[in-house]
Amino acid sequence: MSILVNRDTRVICQGITGKVGEFHTRGCLDYGTRMVGGVTPGKGGETVAGLPVFNTVAEARDVTGANATMIFVPPAFAADAILEAVGAGIELVIAITEGIPVMDMARVMPVVQASKSRLIGPNCPGVITPGECKIGIMPGYIHTPGHVGVMSRSGTLTYEAVWQLTQLGHGQSTCVGLGGDPLVGSSFIDILELFQNDPDTHAILMMGEIGGSAEEEAAAYVKAHVTKPCAAFIAGRTAPPGKRMGHAGAIISGGKGTAEAKLAALADAGIEIAESPADMGAALVRAIKRRS
Amino acid sequence: MKIHEFQAKDLLRTAGVPVLAGRVARTPDEAAEAFTALGTPVCAVKAQIHAGGRGKGKVQGSEQRGVELAKSVDDARRIAAGLLGKTLVTIQTGPEGQVVRQVFVESGCAIDRELYCAVLVDRRVGSPVLIASTAGGMDIEEVAAKTPELILSEPFDPDRGLGGWQARLLASKLGLPTASWRHAETFFKKLCAAFVNLDASLLEVNPLVLTKDGTLVALDAKMTFDDNALFRHKDVAALRDEAEEEPAEIRAAAAGLSYVKLNGTIGCLVNGAGLAMSTMDLVKYHGGEPANFLDVGGGADVNQVTEAFRIILSDTNVKAILVNIFGGIMRCTTIATALVEASKTVGFTVPLVVRLEGTEVEEGKKILAASGAKIITADGLTDAAKKVVAASKA
Repeated sequence: MSILVNRDTRVICQGITGKVGEFHTRGCLDYGTRMVGGVTPGKGGETVAGLPVFNTVAEARDVTGANATMIFVPPAFAADAILEAVGAGIELVIAITEGIPVMDMARVMPVVQASKSRLIGPNCPGVITPGECKIGIMPGYIHTPGHVGVMSRSGTLTYEAVWQLTQLGHGQSTCVGLGGDPLVGSSFIDILELFQNDPDTHAILMMGEIGGSAEEEAAAYVKAHVTKPCAAFIAGRTAPPGKRMGHAGAIISGGKGTAEAKLAALADAGIEIAESPADMGAALVRAIKRRS
Repeated sequence: MKIHEFQAKDLLRTAGVPVLAGRVARTPDEAAEAFTALGTPVCAVKAQIHAGGRGKGKVQGSEQRGVELAKSVDDARRIAAGLLGKTLVTIQTGPEGQVVRQVFVESGCAIDRELYCAVLVDRRVGSPVLIASTAGGMDIEEVAAKTPELILSEPFDPDRGLGGWQARLLASKLGLPTASWRHAETFFKKLCAAFVNLDASLLEVNPLVLTKDGTLVALDAKMTFDDNALFRHKDVAALRDEAEEEPAEIRAAAAGLSYVKLNGTIGCLVNGAGLAMSTMDLVKYHGGEPANFLDVGGGADVNQVTEAFRIILSDTNVKAILVNIFGGIMRCTTIATALVEASKTVGFTVPLVVRLEGTEVEEGKKILAASGAKIITADGLTDAAKKVVAASKA
């Protein structure tokens, strides 16, 4: 068991004929993901990495039976690509693209919410269930199958955490990159609910960062609904207010979104806090020990 | 991206949002001319910098405030002279302040009441939202913290815009006279439309003024824009005032790097925004102070890494540099080769601590070792942080 993706997930890549889309499609194929095709408007009939390319998502779905998509479409057209996937009834839409205008996402959000599709991202590394299915840009080899659910707003920070877990002998059930933008399809809460209900996930590690209030909301949710051991790290304790720290969503504005407020809320919910980024794996181990 | 108040008001005027007449001045004489041209008995002379809190802020070494009223041509000239070329310190500029290069001379109006309104994107709701409050002219964060019931908010769909009923609801809750409601409806709807059409990330009007004759006017205007949407707003992008920005940050942006200057002594070069922030935190945790945030991104090449080092070294406070790379898509061999190249062309003047992990890490370490470059290698995050902090204090 795992969440979101497994060995049966059938994946297409939107933007497969682009350099980045093709590169990561090959990476996913190498990992063993069931990639079944790709979509680029106007390039239907071509073949990339041995996979058929279609003009539309609807066509790709009809022919291949795809139930997940990985989006590498450039920022100006990515919102439209997400809407196309949702319109075609793809169940899991993973948007890797960085730099989508926020207003475009504000138009996408209500459509996604009214649909049966789940959106992960944008501006995220993707989702991986180790040993079964990798959809995204993360390096597969650092992961090990196991029972820790991992979720994060940041890519390389997730790799760091996963690496620490693997070295400590803790494999992962599924790792989910939520994305670093102000508006993203799935929140910590959405994924917490899935991890809580997944019998194969025994503990949860989350990496948040400054900006917004998603971590505070997650803390409240954990307090009320999550029975599994949880650990958390918040990036950006040293970030100054009013400055965007790389991610469009990572900005302390109007005294809100500070690391201190987030850490206080997480600690109050009984979540084990990683004091430094070197302590993320160890914090999860402490969280498990505290319960046993 | 931030712009000046006078630029924001030009955009609002074009969008049909009522603002007062005003003129920009870059010399005291221009300010005097502006006063005469505007022809109202009273004008406000306002420092134009990319920071708020100007009304309460003071020019370094004087009692000159960032915003003052002029009742005569001589007043306007005197106030402008007190501001132009001087350093204004406000709660938002930090103690170092910001140099005033232009002032905005704006005609006055008869104020009945001061209110507050702003448009921004609410992450929780997933849509833009109009916020309003009767607590105008005050520090809105303080109002939100102490009296949240005074903050009203109405989310709206970007394409449908704010509903007339939502505008009337706010007008009613703000206690505006019914005679002003139709005017308020137009004001709020056009403000929200301007926010959406210009891809703003914040549009704040503080104070929003109800005049004696019952109309609403944006007395101040602060706008910031979504950098990711500037590609479709060339006119807005052209409003960028590089004099207000950190030169190293402009240089970094041109090289496709994400850089933020800080005040510490340890330069950081990292791949990925989250890991870059965490690396700063780690440095601080071990007793050092980060000099910058720098994310080289996932696919940086030798040229970008070299430029990144030049930018870090252009900060004379930097006493040591920490390179922290978790190779994913970015291979450690690529970064190691870039490091060696950069060390030849840039010429390091301070100790360099390198921590590599991930894809092709062993090969990467071999490249560093074989190069003979003066590099302190580290195993793991904690080791790297301790070594760079020690090096910065040596």
